[in-house]
Amino acid sequence: MGNIRNFIANEKNHKVLIPLIAIFMGFFIGSLIMLITKQSPAVMFKSIIRAVTGINMDRLGTDKWFSARIAGEYYVYVMPIVLTGLSVAFAFRTGLFNIGAEGQLLMGAFATTIIGINLDLPKLILLPIIVIAGALAGGIWGFIPGYLKARFNVHEVVVTIMLNYTALFLTNYLMKLIPGSTTNKTVDLNENALLGSEMLRNLTSNSRLNFGFIVVILAVIVFWFIINKTTFGYELKAVGFNPFAAKYSGMKVERNAALSMAIAGAFSGLAGVIIVSGTFGYGRMIASFENYGFDGIAVALIGGNTAIGSLLSGLLLGSLKAAQPIMQGQGVPNAIATIITATIIIFVAMQKGIQALLKRVKGAK
Amino acid sequence: MKDLIYSMIQATLIYATPIILAAMGGLFSERSGVVNIGLEGIMMIGGFASATVIVFIENFTSLAPWISLIAGVLAGMLISLLHAYLSVNLSSDQVISGTAINIFAGGITIYLAEIIFQQQRTDTFNQGFLKSSIPILEKIPVIGPSLFSRVYPTVYLAFIIVLISWYLLYKTSFGLRLRATGEHPQAVDSMGINVYKMRYIGVLTSGALAGLAGGIMVLTQNTQYTITSIHGTGFIALAALIFGKWRPAGVVAASLFFGFSQVLSLYSSSIADVFSLEFIGKLPNEFFYALPYVLTIIALVIFSGKSVGPKAAGEPYDKGKR
Amino acid sequence: MEYVVEMLDITKEFPGIKANDRVTLQVKQGEIHALLGENGAGKSTLMSVLFGLYQPDEGIIKVRGKEVNIANPNIANEHGIGMVHQHFKLVENFTVTENIILGEEPKKSMGRIDIESAEQRVKEISEQYGLRVDPKAKIEDISVGMQQRVEILKMLYRNAEILIFDEPTAVLTPQEIHELVSIMKGLVNEGKSIVLITHKLKEIKEAADRCTVLRRGKYIGTIDVAETSEEKMAEMMVGREVSFSVEKEKANPKDVVLSIKNLVVKNNRNLAAVKNLSLDVKRGEIFCVAGIDGNGQSELIEAITGLRKIDSGSISINGTEIQNKSIRERTLSGIGHIPEDRHKYGLVLDFSLEENLALQSYFSSELSQNGLIKFEERRKMSEQLIEEFDVRSGKGSQTTARSMSGGNQQKAIIAREIYRSPDLLIAAQPTRGLDVGAIEYIHKRLVEERDQGKAVLLMSLEMEEVLNLSDKIAVIYEGEIAGIVHADETDENEIGLMMSGSKKGAIS
Repeated sequence: MGNIRNFIANEKNHKVLIPLIAIFMGFFIGSLIMLITKQSPAVMFKSIIRAVTGINMDRLGTDKWFSARIAGEYYVYVMPIVLTGLSVAFAFRTGLFNIGAEGQLLMGAFATTIIGINLDLPKLILLPIIVIAGALAGGIWGFIPGYLKARFNVHEVVVTIMLNYTALFLTNYLMKLIPGSTTNKTVDLNENALLGSEMLRNLTSNSRLNFGFIVVILAVIVFWFIINKTTFGYELKAVGFNPFAAKYSGMKVERNAALSMAIAGAFSGLAGVIIVSGTFGYGRMIASFENYGFDGIAVALIGGNTAIGSLLSGLLLGSLKAAQPIMQGQGVPNAIATIITATIIIFVAMQKGIQALLKRVKGAK
Repeated sequence: MKDLIYSMIQATLIYATPIILAAMGGLFSERSGVVNIGLEGIMMIGGFASATVIVFIENFTSLAPWISLIAGVLAGMLISLLHAYLSVNLSSDQVISGTAINIFAGGITIYLAEIIFQQQRTDTFNQGFLKSSIPILEKIPVIGPSLFSRVYPTVYLAFIIVLISWYLLYKTSFGLRLRATGEHPQAVDSMGINVYKMRYIGVLTSGALAGLAGGIMVLTQNTQYTITSIHGTGFIALAALIFGKWRPAGVVAASLFFGFSQVLSLYSSSIADVFSLEFIGKLPNEFFYALPYVLTIIALVIFSGKSVGPKAAGEPYDKGKR
Repeated sequence: MEYVVEMLDITKEFPGIKANDRVTLQVKQGEIHALLGENGAGKSTLMSVLFGLYQPDEGIIKVRGKEVNIANPNIANEHGIGMVHQHFKLVENFTVTENIILGEEPKKSMGRIDIESAEQRVKEISEQYGLRVDPKAKIEDISVGMQQRVEILKMLYRNAEILIFDEPTAVLTPQEIHELVSIMKGLVNEGKSIVLITHKLKEIKEAADRCTVLRRGKYIGTIDVAETSEEKMAEMMVGREVSFSVEKEKANPKDVVLSIKNLVVKNNRNLAAVKNLSLDVKRGEIFCVAGIDGNGQSELIEAITGLRKIDSGSISINGTEIQNKSIRERTLSGIGHIPEDRHKYGLVLDFSLEENLALQSYFSSELSQNGLIKFEERRKMSEQLIEEFDVRSGKGSQTTARSMSGGNQQKAIIAREIYRSPDLLIAAQPTRGLDVGAIEYIHKRLVEERDQGKAVLLMSLEMEEVLNLSDKIAVIYEGEIAGIVHADETDENEIGLMMSGSKKGAIS
């Protein structure tokens, strides 16, 4: 018993314990809210299981117990938010709050649409071009607030939010101009511009699972590598922890801030690439934000702003998102997923208070 | 042309009102030392509360709009209690806490809409506020038709609140202590004033005002609450706060500016006609939708140079530090 | 009722440290009672308990013989206890009057503050006690001396009878210190009792009647000041015999390393902090810039290191002008910098010790290749420095800098800077806040650098350090050099006069 106590009170373990506690509390409070409003948490949990594994707990023993399509679709939900999570996490490491993932994603999506419709080259050439272009577009959209912060000391929180709305209207307008577009979608992209594949479709009963997951895994590795193995990553961390000492040591603080936001924007741009080229196959004009950006914030915070953390919490929050349509189909208001996500963030925000509590578990005075 | 200008001034006042109120809320919070970027979320919750209440009571009393606003105020204060607790008692990162509230607001408002109305929005209501004119004042040349006729009473409410706020902040001991808390909490603590209490008051006031702003916004600009009802106005209010250099007069001016930019999209074709500027009529809608947001960025760039916010805003108060 | 205040067997603990361990303090009515101890001895904590900012874990407090519970500063005020803080607690953009009345504002109708009668009252009290202030001035516009008087007035406005002065002389010239002592004696004449927290023996000798000594949180003893020597007080404070002098041979300065000509630097409020200043620092000497805090020395150092842009003038290292070069270019051209504020500039507290040691050289070919960190080499360098400079930490290279003690943090910074063998080593307040052991070590290393032919530019506010460690002393007053003297040809009085702008010493 004493060993468990020591384990809980030991600060090093808090990095893992606190996200776990936050996740638990999020689901706990979400379930409470559901119970109070006469909904069934059991439905929610079963929906989550079904969303992740494709297994329908209510239909075990029948031949409708498993859906490969649903299991495949799970990853469609996960991929973009891991990327926007990396985007937010990367900026956080440098001490910047990137709330602009939403807009950066839209710019990446737009670049993908334009190129995918207008360029026809062999797949092995076109896909890398699209990936790079999408990252670049997102990177530029991230660079803007980074630069403004560096040069004019403008607070990146408000600027990035303004740029989100700007991107929404700008890309909507520009995509409407593409020949063949309706008011809410463009023509299909060229075949060679698609990340989807017939093999994957066949494997998963026509889900939209696509090779975007390769992009995601590469992004996770790149994030980890930059932050931990390079001198640039060392500088970014220094700036994030203490910009004064960074300046003292001769680091170019402002330049690093702008660069860091650009890289963060690139990650989100990649999310846009996957959505257009992988999930849908055409460009879309959307009426309002689809919240990938906010989900990215949740992913980053829960994952402790690390590469592997973003991957894991992306898988977790993706399960909530994927469960939403299933819940809706059973009459459960799916906004509960957002509530749970927000609650988890609130508990992560409470971490100092939780840490103090955990330390007292040792039975100190 | 005169009619167009009067009409635009009235519209500006209507659009600026929620911005003014939310920004004043932000002012109280930041002046006490707590950054509140959850204004957007609080507005959503206030808007939802007001829209819901009025649907149920509008057929019973003509005071319905005002009662709904009170509901918005209370809802706003309730959610801001969470931000206060996190920021003051638990020393959380205030930006994260505010963001969590924004996300939470999106979730809880739609969830409750589904529970109550079985759809992802509230039912429509019929009577928001009614525009009215003030009898004698509307006859004053120039000022009369623009400021005192065909405006919602909530516009006047906003200006009264601004005046009261100014008085409170700069003339009373409460205001002195509040401002001191945002500048130098250690000094305040050493004079025996409770820093925590001051900050709670600051944050709860911002919750009340932002909740009010959200309620007014929905009741004067819409006929129901939807997920897009507030569309970033809470953040524009933050920009107005910075732009207005954390002073009531500046905040009002900045809010009017942003309100005006929102009005431009409504009046683009009329402006094109009256002033014979054809190209304005040809600009796409999206240009005008984006205009307030782009103008906000430009304003921030021009005015962000010397940050004159309360010195201690954003830092949790640590008693141990000397 | 001989004692006006008694603190008996007070214990106060914070996580990991017992700041006060059964400490007793008894203050007589009408006396100036000094509270002496090194940095970290527990003096400020004890007084914070008396002032109601902290609650004691054990022990009792008596005021005029009655036991009291001081739960917050308001209650302390009610008992007549007031505190003049070391780091002023003044709201910069409020006026003098607003700061004084904060928390006890006189009111008119409708809750309005009656600012006129407040200003009147401030004038009255300031005249009664001889404390010159301008009631309408903003704090950010007035001098440090006046700011301190505002702090004192805060307490007198609330009819404090027992005044606690927390290290009041750190920011004053020797002449202003004499003035403050007169003010304190004046207050005592008006019936007040004073507790003076300090670590400066000379001031205790000048001002105090009795003195209580604390060491590492424990009560050591209470002595009569007139009957006790400074050496004895120092011994009680530190626990062993203390030598006041630094062991060093005579300096042998060679060619000029740092040359500053006609330098003009502005401070944060766009006023000239350094005005047309020129000086040279040679190899093989310890050159000290001395002066009261706020006379431009910080801005001077920032200008040399590149942390602040200059208005005009030139700065040269080994003959090459550097005033337009970036911070890194300057570091690489032979400057080492031990910064004034070790937590703000000197360390990234959330980095490990190893990462901090690499802060100035992580990009060099020794520690990196093609943008990738060479982890093994970095570890080797870190271990080497830890051993050579005796940097103690919980987990060696892996220790988080935040968890290290102040002395070891400073040793790490010094190790890092000296390791690069800079031609010019700038040490800004290198021993601030450290215990005697660390101070002795750092002085030793600085002398070593000098003897190895480096130039050392020292900036210090502590008179002892200035006189004992330096070879040459330049006193800076209001941005200008008031005089340059050799350390062995001057004394505290001459330095003190220059610090307050009076005398121009001979330059050699």
